[in-house]
Amino acid sequence: MNGWFSVRNAAIVALLLALVLLPVYVEMGGSRFLLTLFTRILILAMAAVSLNLILGYGGMMSFGHAAYLGIGGYAVGMLAHEGIFSGFIQWPVALLASALFALVIGALSLRTRGVYFIMITLAFAQMAYYVVAGLARYGGDDGLTIYKRSQFVAPLDLSNKIQFYYICLALLFASIYLVWRIVNSRFGMAIQGARSNDTRMRAIGFPTYRYKLVCFIIAGTMCGLAGALLANHTDFVSPAMMYWTRSGDLIIMVVLGGMGSAFGPLVGAVALLVLEEVLSGITEYWQIILGPLLLLVVLFARGGIDGLLGKVRHRVSHG
Amino acid sequence: MTLFIEQCLNGLQFGLLLFLLAAGLTLVFGIMDLVNLAHGSLYMIGAYFAATFVAWTGNFIFGVVLALGATLLVGMVVEVVVMRRLYGRDHLDHVLGTFGLILFFDELVRLVWGPEGLTLPLPSWLNTSMQILPGVDYSAYKLSIIVVTLAVAIFLYVLVMRTRIGMLIRAGASNREMVGALGVNIKLLYTLVFGLGAALAGLAGLMQAPILTVQIGMGENILILAFVITVIGGIGSIRGALVAAIFVGFIDTLGRAFFPDLLRMVLSKEAAATAAPALSSMLIYLLMAVVLVVKPEGLFSASGK
Repeated sequence: MNGWFSVRNAAIVALLLALVLLPVYVEMGGSRFLLTLFTRILILAMAAVSLNLILGYGGMMSFGHAAYLGIGGYAVGMLAHEGIFSGFIQWPVALLASALFALVIGALSLRTRGVYFIMITLAFAQMAYYVVAGLARYGGDDGLTIYKRSQFVAPLDLSNKIQFYYICLALLFASIYLVWRIVNSRFGMAIQGARSNDTRMRAIGFPTYRYKLVCFIIAGTMCGLAGALLANHTDFVSPAMMYWTRSGDLIIMVVLGGMGSAFGPLVGAVALLVLEEVLSGITEYWQIILGPLLLLVVLFARGGIDGLLGKVRHRVSHG
Repeated sequence: MTLFIEQCLNGLQFGLLLFLLAAGLTLVFGIMDLVNLAHGSLYMIGAYFAATFVAWTGNFIFGVVLALGATLLVGMVVEVVVMRRLYGRDHLDHVLGTFGLILFFDELVRLVWGPEGLTLPLPSWLNTSMQILPGVDYSAYKLSIIVVTLAVAIFLYVLVMRTRIGMLIRAGASNREMVGALGVNIKLLYTLVFGLGAALAGLAGLMQAPILTVQIGMGENILILAFVITVIGGIGSIRGALVAAIFVGFIDTLGRAFFPDLLRMVLSKEAAATAAPALSSMLIYLLMAVVLVVKPEGLFSASGK
């Protein structure tokens, strides 16, 4: 990180400024839709930030990260359905449920490596999807409408769109900061060491399994919070929010933005969701363009947008 | 009792069908070290081709054979255009690249065949039921699926273990450079293997088509089951895929059929009714979790990767 004046840093500062000033622009007569779109982008960016912690830094290729979005969302949705609206109960429950799920799934999945890990996390997330889709009391396949957003103390009002936008923005920044602090701590160094060479890390005395499991749980919990936000944003939860293609979207955001860079997932989330919005404006069959585009990124732009903007970063290799 | 036998046969039929998918997946992974998420798309394309060709030709067998050939061709084209560039890359690249392919294929199918599903009607000679045991009737079509998939399993075994091509495939799996250096056209071999995997997926898709509707995304749910099977059986092992597929087929089918009744014995009626659908869909994942705890590399791990 030497030399603060680079194209890459300038671009990131510009993006952050734009995000902070967006509600001002909307208030001055910009489209309200922009605010809704970008609130959504911020929330999914937060999920991508959490995925980046395990995928980019930890080398754990989880293909089931959307499960936590669903669990966090359903914690809010189910409690609201039972008449409990207080955010002081809903959000901790969402975090706790995601952490517990991550603990169980992580403990099982981290026994394996590589492709097995991809398939197993995918399968467990899909299991969660089917379980939720089978809960007839909470809408099953059709999902569950939330009639009242999470209630906090007086000045905080999640129904206020601008306030909610800034809450999401603040939580996103907080999660980026948290990941940055984790990655640069001794714990984070051990995680990155385990990514590069797990056997060697164990040989010098690090219980890498436990380190990775804790990292996995932190990421899951963070994504659960994003899920709670998403439920409040859409006032609706459905199994679709944890369908496996959503996990795929999150991976795309991380890779598109640049794996293992602090702001990469945010850049990737903005890029992917804005691109989706633009393409779907051009043609109804926009995925026929997005699919091959994705393939091209994989084949020719491995470092993602972050890599294109900055100097060539060393490739992250996996075992 | 009749119901139980029928459900057992359904489980066997579903398991063998899953085997076709898992075999292609595990073959491609074992030999090319490639994770192919788009395998489910080939399953879908096989079903769409079959529905189209059967309608065109008016002959079930003829249409099905055409569809198989066409899926094989699509698979080989995909290999030459895309997959070839992904060999030797990171597994994450495979996941993302083939995820892009899924988006592409889903949308392409929607563009060509429209968003509504198709149906593949059975010819009258298959749309009957046969008496398999005194007093037990079973669908002739499902029975023929069992026969065809068993034949394919035997064919695969003979192909891989008893022929020259199979020898090259196995050799390519253990050391591709060496096989290439010995003068074997390894690129062509890979294209053929990928095409074979595609044809297996297509076969599974077109055989399932008359039972369910042919629709976009039909390959995605079943792909996850195929993943579970490869994890349980051990990646790269065709034998493991067969055993695990039959296991999963049985547990899934019998679980859905009888688990709610079992639950009713333990829980109250309402509790059982709410919990049953969620729990019975969890069964195979629990099986996977148990296998992972006992043998993290799967039951019949081929290479220990």
